Amino acid sequence: MSSPSDQTRRTIILTALATAVHAAAPRPAAAEEDQPGSDLRPQKADVLVFAEGDHAGEVIKPQDLKVGEPFVRAWPKDPKTSVVRKGSRLNEVVVVKLDPAELDDDTRARSADGIVGYSVICTHAGCPITAWGKAAQGEKDVLKCVCHNSEFDPRQNAQVVFGPAPRRLAALPLAIADGSLTVAGTFVGKVGAQQGG
Amino acid sequence: MTMKQWLLSSFVASTCLFPIGAFAGPIEKYTPVTADRLKNPEPGNWMLYRRTYDGQGYSPLDQINTSNVKDLVPAWTFSTGVVEGHEAPPIVNNGVMFVATPMGQVIALNAKTGEEYWRYKRQLPDDLFQLHPTNRGVGLWQDKLYLATTDDHVVALDAKTGKVLWDTKVQDYKKGQYLTLMPLIVDGKVIVGAAGGEFGVRGYVVAYDANDGKELWRTFTIPGKGEPGNETWSGDDWKTGGGSAWMTGNYDPDTRTIYWGVGNAAPWPGDTHPGDNLYTTSVLALDPDSGKIKTYFQYHQNDSWDWDEVEAPMLVDVQRDGRIFKGLIHPGRNAIFWVLERKPDSIKYVAGWPYVYTDVWKGIEPETGKPIVDPAHKPVMGKRVDFCPSLWGGKDWPSAAYSPKTRFVYVPANENFCGGFTGEKVPLVPGQLWLGTKPEDIGLKVRSGATHFGELQAWDPGTGKKVWSHNFPRSQLFGSVTATAGDLVFVGGTNDRMFRAFHAKTGELLWEQKTNSGIVGMPVAYEVDGTQYIAVQSGWGVDAQRIQDSLVTQNNVGLENNVPQGGVVWVFAVKK
Ligand code: FES
Repeated sequence: MSSPSDQTRRTIILTALATAVHAAAPRPAAAEEDQPGSDLRPQKADVLVFAEGDHAGEVIKPQDLKVGEPFVRAWPKDPKTSVVRKGSRLNEVVVVKLDPAELDDDTRARSADGIVGYSVICTHAGCPITAWGKAAQGEKDVLKCVCHNSEFDPRQNAQVVFGPAPRRLAALPLAIADGSLTVAGTFVGKVGAQQGG
Repeated sequence: MTMKQWLLSSFVASTCLFPIGAFAGPIEKYTPVTADRLKNPEPGNWMLYRRTYDGQGYSPLDQINTSNVKDLVPAWTFSTGVVEGHEAPPIVNNGVMFVATPMGQVIALNAKTGEEYWRYKRQLPDDLFQLHPTNRGVGLWQDKLYLATTDDHVVALDAKTGKVLWDTKVQDYKKGQYLTLMPLIVDGKVIVGAAGGEFGVRGYVVAYDANDGKELWRTFTIPGKGEPGNETWSGDDWKTGGGSAWMTGNYDPDTRTIYWGVGNAAPWPGDTHPGDNLYTTSVLALDPDSGKIKTYFQYHQNDSWDWDEVEAPMLVDVQRDGRIFKGLIHPGRNAIFWVLERKPDSIKYVAGWPYVYTDVWKGIEPETGKPIVDPAHKPVMGKRVDFCPSLWGGKDWPSAAYSPKTRFVYVPANENFCGGFTGEKVPLVPGQLWLGTKPEDIGLKVRSGATHFGELQAWDPGTGKKVWSHNFPRSQLFGSVTATAGDLVFVGGTNDRMFRAFHAKTGELLWEQKTNSGIVGMPVAYEVDGTQYIAVQSGWGVDAQRIQDSLVTQNNVGLENNVPQGGVVWVFAVKK
């Protein structure tokens, strides 16, 4: 993506969000699922690519994200083999850029220039996080799972701030390397929904 | 070995060989379930979803009645250890109780003491997307029981041990296919219906051989090319048109006809799927042997409101206008209380009226029973449309009950809720929500001036009159109703965690008990060794929780969001 204007950038992100809300990520084709490494969880030094929208598959650069704009959904991609790890929905993440001053210490430690990453899978019953908007209680924008109204604050390590979700979203440490957003470590916390009893 | 070491090692050995007191199982005495027993269940048992094939949710037991219900106390309780919506009726067969919980667990208990015999825990896949994490019960046949799972399998268990006997994949959960209902058992067939209308599926009802899990027939609720009814769809819309069938059907053994409710059309805005859209929002009359559709009745055409009419109508002999006829009664999600007549080759409209406020219908065509829509309140693409009642309807899946003693129908209704959304066209991606709107755009609005929300209503289907109602000023009512010959009506469903008994004739509140969580489960009545019990699961979640969250965030209501989760089986008896 070659330095799009702000206007174009904004449109791209909004489009990505709209698609996320309704259609979410395209399901992986069988061939992609079969590629070795496609169902491995994100690995250190993986790059992140847009999961949907006009730029699906393109590497996300830090300047693609702006404070105050909604999250984008992303897949990790092995830069050596070019395998996009979309063999399991447990690999998909949301990334959002926040004001670094608002982040708590744990979150800041895993962020890159205010950009934070979390598993897209809601810890309640496994729906994807699909919305970004004002919290049910409070003024700040939060990550929302609209299946049963769970909300997670991305500034505080995605802790649950509303709804039935039992625990925070798993966090994905991020870094910036060679001008791209990259994965700095494996997921912190359990990816996926609760299981009963 | 010192004495202490010896004591310790013998303690360890005994805990390994004989688990301390926790399990009584396997079950030694178990009464096989036969076709005759399901057709004419003993008064003390609850072996089908609504106890009897007619779906009335009525128990002939009257030891607990209007004069002694005030003395009802807990006899025993059992923590399931599971969170989320516990919606299943405790199923009871001659002193053995089977409880199904969310996340695909089944617990076998001594119905008299609450002692655990065995527990089955399904290992659900990590990547499962459970939009409705719940289960509505297990079906019984011979010495087996049957569980339908959210990862879209039907599993047969040995009733005595809980061992898996067969496990059949129904469809692929990764495509948004899942199951939450209690299987209907008819003459050795295990019959289930698909959930997944929110994912753009094509719904169906499917039957398996109870012995080996082999598929016997599968009937799609949306007719394919060349099948009658396909002409009510445009182009290829039928392939993804919804019509899921996620509630247990009822059955008329005399005519060998299953009545199965069919859900909403997909995606929601009706202008995305022009036509009447058979058989969405309908009741199908099916042949249990072949799955053939004998006839149907469509409650409303071209559904645009997410008004799933999945609850099967109750089979009731109705006395009306000087005659008695074999009726079908259905308080619809679309706000209309339906009285229909079931005939061998047709289902005829008799009467219908709104039982909660609605601005969608201007009336019903008297000949056909087609409701007349007000287009101002019909969702379309590209525009915000509001409508009453909300998309949870006048009554969602929680069941109404009928008492042949009072001849009243008891409806867990919700009044004064409206909703709305903006229709938006989006591409279908299998396994992802496909609603035709942004999920976060779905509104629940309280009507201005509302004095209450939940209403337990008693209707006389013979006269069309509301006989009584009990209103809940600070809560929705989201739980199934059970009636008994003791002239009692039991229901939970409110956000204050109460379980209540009402006088069936007058609506007087006779008894209430606070429970651990909120009750979205179905109460049952049963008897062991001459004592009558009332049982229900308390465990809040799913849509009751969603409505609660929406209510809480509406400042004008000022409710607190304080319904804790976690399932407990409660069993009550009269204090001696
Ligand atoms: S799955 Fe996210 S709130 Fe239920």
